Amino acid sequence: MADFDEELDASGLNCPLPILRAKKALAGMESGKVLHIIATDPGSVKDFEAFARQTGNELMESKEEGGKFQFLIKKA
Amino acid sequence: MEEKKLAIIATKGSLDWAYPPFILASTAAALGYETEIFFTFYGLQLLKKDLDLKVTPLGNPGMPMPMGMEKWFPTLLTALPGMEGMMTSMMKKKMASKGVASLEELRELCQEAEVRLIACQMTVDLFDMDTSAFIDGIEFAGAARFFEFAGESDICLYI
Repeated sequence: MADFDEELDASGLNCPLPILRAKKALAGMESGKVLHIIATDPGSVKDFEAFARQTGNELMESKEEGGKFQFLIKKA
Repeated sequence: MEEKKLAIIATKGSLDWAYPPFILASTAAALGYETEIFFTFYGLQLLKKDLDLKVTPLGNPGMPMPMGMEKWFPTLLTALPGMEGMMTSMMKKKMASKGVASLEELRELCQEAEVRLIACQMTVDLFDMDTSAFIDGIEFAGAARFFEFAGESDICLYI
């Protein structure tokens, strides 16, 4: 997984909390910075894809590892 | 890109039905939608400072019951005293264990994200509701006020 600037652990949280927490974290970051998100909600995979498409923030990476979902989102 | 708009009418005042308006509104706000919820009739319970919402299995055959209880509780028996309280407490425990946010938390997130919450003035008058029991930061208005926003919305939901 590529480098990131900030990390958000949304493990154990269910819809829509991972998205809401990510939105909040991104709001405090500068454009071009990368947020690493860890989630356990299987629905978050499709949700972060949709979040990226609708907000213009780039979903650089999305993967599953040992029951955890990891995402890298670059702030637009 | 012009901001999209979501208008919701929240009409129900039970624990389970309180979730959709707040989940959808907070998510929409996170996606950049300008969002408004108009609370009318029983939906006004969702604006109380102290949320005392309940869920009832009565008349709701689609409600999953824990431990296969539906076998022992045919619809009529769900009317027994204490059932509502028991189901409510079970539902709350279930939600907490699954990492589902509390209603208070979702409502706060909505307010932080500047979702506008509007209480139906007519309902307040109809039921002689005490406005001091409601949370701060809400607006009291009527149907015309709702249409001003809903008429320009991209999505309009009745819940």
